[in-house]
Amino acid sequence: MSETEHEPDVTVDSRGATCPGPLMDLIGKVKESDPGTVIELQTSDDGSKSDVPEWLDEAGHDLLEVVDHDDYWSMYVETN
Amino acid sequence: MTEHIVVVGGGTGGTVLANRLAEKLGPEIERGDARVTLVSDDPDHVYKPTFLYVPFGKKTVEDAKRPLSDLVDRAVDIEIDRVTGIDTDGKRLSLRDGGSMAYDQLALALGAQLVPEELPGLAEGGHHFYGPDGADALRDEMAEFTEGHLVLSVIGTPHMCPAAPVEFVMMADAWFRERGLREDVEITYTYPIQRAHAIQNVADWASEAFEERDINVETFFNADEVDPEDGVLHSMEGKELDYDLLVGIPPHKGSDLVTEAGLGDDGWADVDKHTLESDHAEDVYVLGDLADVPTSKAGSVAHYEAGAVADRIASRTRGQTPTATYDGKTVCFIESGMDEATFVEFEYGSTPTVREPSKPVHWAKLGYNESYWLTARGLL
Ligand SMILES: Cc1cc2nc3c(=O)[nH]c(=O)nc-3n(C[C@H](O)[C@H](O)[C@H](O)COP(=O)(O)OP(=O)(O)OC[C@H]3O[C@@H](n4cnc5c(N)ncnc54)[C@H](O)[C@@H]3O)c2cc1C
Repeated sequence: MSETEHEPDVTVDSRGATCPGPLMDLIGKVKESDPGTVIELQTSDDGSKSDVPEWLDEAGHDLLEVVDHDDYWSMYVETN
Repeated sequence: MTEHIVVVGGGTGGTVLANRLAEKLGPEIERGDARVTLVSDDPDHVYKPTFLYVPFGKKTVEDAKRPLSDLVDRAVDIEIDRVTGIDTDGKRLSLRDGGSMAYDQLALALGAQLVPEELPGLAEGGHHFYGPDGADALRDEMAEFTEGHLVLSVIGTPHMCPAAPVEFVMMADAWFRERGLREDVEITYTYPIQRAHAIQNVADWASEAFEERDINVETFFNADEVDPEDGVLHSMEGKELDYDLLVGIPPHKGSDLVTEAGLGDDGWADVDKHTLESDHAEDVYVLGDLADVPTSKAGSVAHYEAGAVADRIASRTRGQTPTATYDGKTVCFIESGMDEATFVEFEYGSTPTVREPSKPVHWAKLGYNESYWLTARGLL
């Protein structure tokens, strides 16, 4: 398992959900979070690796890091 | 001992399930070995797909309703009451009007609730066709609407019938054309993700159809506030849309009963997607919109799930090991105008394809809506 320096304030577990479930779960969480919140999105859907960064770009939030675990990814996001 | 099977919810899932149980367990019910009770808080069964036609004056809200007592097999006891609590350890339901009710096996089909108030300004500034009052009010607005910007915004996800927002704008386009008003009405459709629909093939098909029909599309649009005063819809992505008539697909939620009973922590019930048995309690099944399974919140899903759940409950009642499962089968008819339609059909893990829209499919959809009353009775 890979290590990361990011300490999430909240974790969204979307493992097992298929597109666009993980992205919608993230959007829902971002909506209710204050600026500066670090969110860890756990996703096993390959599509998240492209649609999440694309949305973050559109909405002006930052993707800090993507950590590859064996059967899922952790995407660390900071809200602005 | 009599096995008491309680089904909660008199919508699509609950009604089909109660009738299937009556059919499968006929002899057991006759002998007094089993008893089926359907508890619902509405004496009418409401067939929601009818609401899509109400804003265009093609159907009325009354057309969507039938008394449960006309639809449900006489072998089933109907109890009109509202469930206010579920105790899965004590296997007992609390009822608003009538104390409590014990069960041996429980099936929950409570549907999804609309919560427009979750988005600031939506209740005051927006319309929808997802419930009877909303559909009626939108009908009146549409009848008066002769020029301006009609914005349909998909706000809530997940929401019932993922096809309905696409259908609504395509029907609106055709309807305004028919009435010679389309030149004066601009139509915009907004969707939360990077394409026009969650399902890639539906998105591709809809984008092309929207372009042909001059329907504007805004993707990556997550509404976060409605300003009813100035008629502006704001998004989380920093976009603004001026509207004259806003049709917002409202945020949905599951049920507080689910959260309180520990059956799921966000109101949607956690279940095994094949057996529909609760992850958190014994002898509890959840079907229809309330169940968190990776497919659409659609009546066809509730209907097919009811078949599997009825089989499993019947097997258990007879002391057999249940083997029936639900494979994710979903069928959605998609109206692509006022007189043509297409449909998609898929299962867990499969990708749907969208066929060329045609008039026969439109008639099939209307025909299905008519014959639905037989489906709910368990006759089809
Ligand atoms: C505009 C619109 C168009 C649609 N079009 C289509 C379509 O073309 N095709 C399709 O497949 N699907 C369509 N759907 C979706 C479909 O209507 C739903 O997926 C389906 O009704 C879900 O069935 P259900 O049994 O889960 O819930 P529902 O049918 O919503 O029934 C829930 C029942 O539970 C009862 N209830 C709720 N809480 C309680 C309580 N605490 N105690 C007792 N009773 C309770 C309610 O009164 C109701 O009877 C559409 C939906 C809408 C809104």
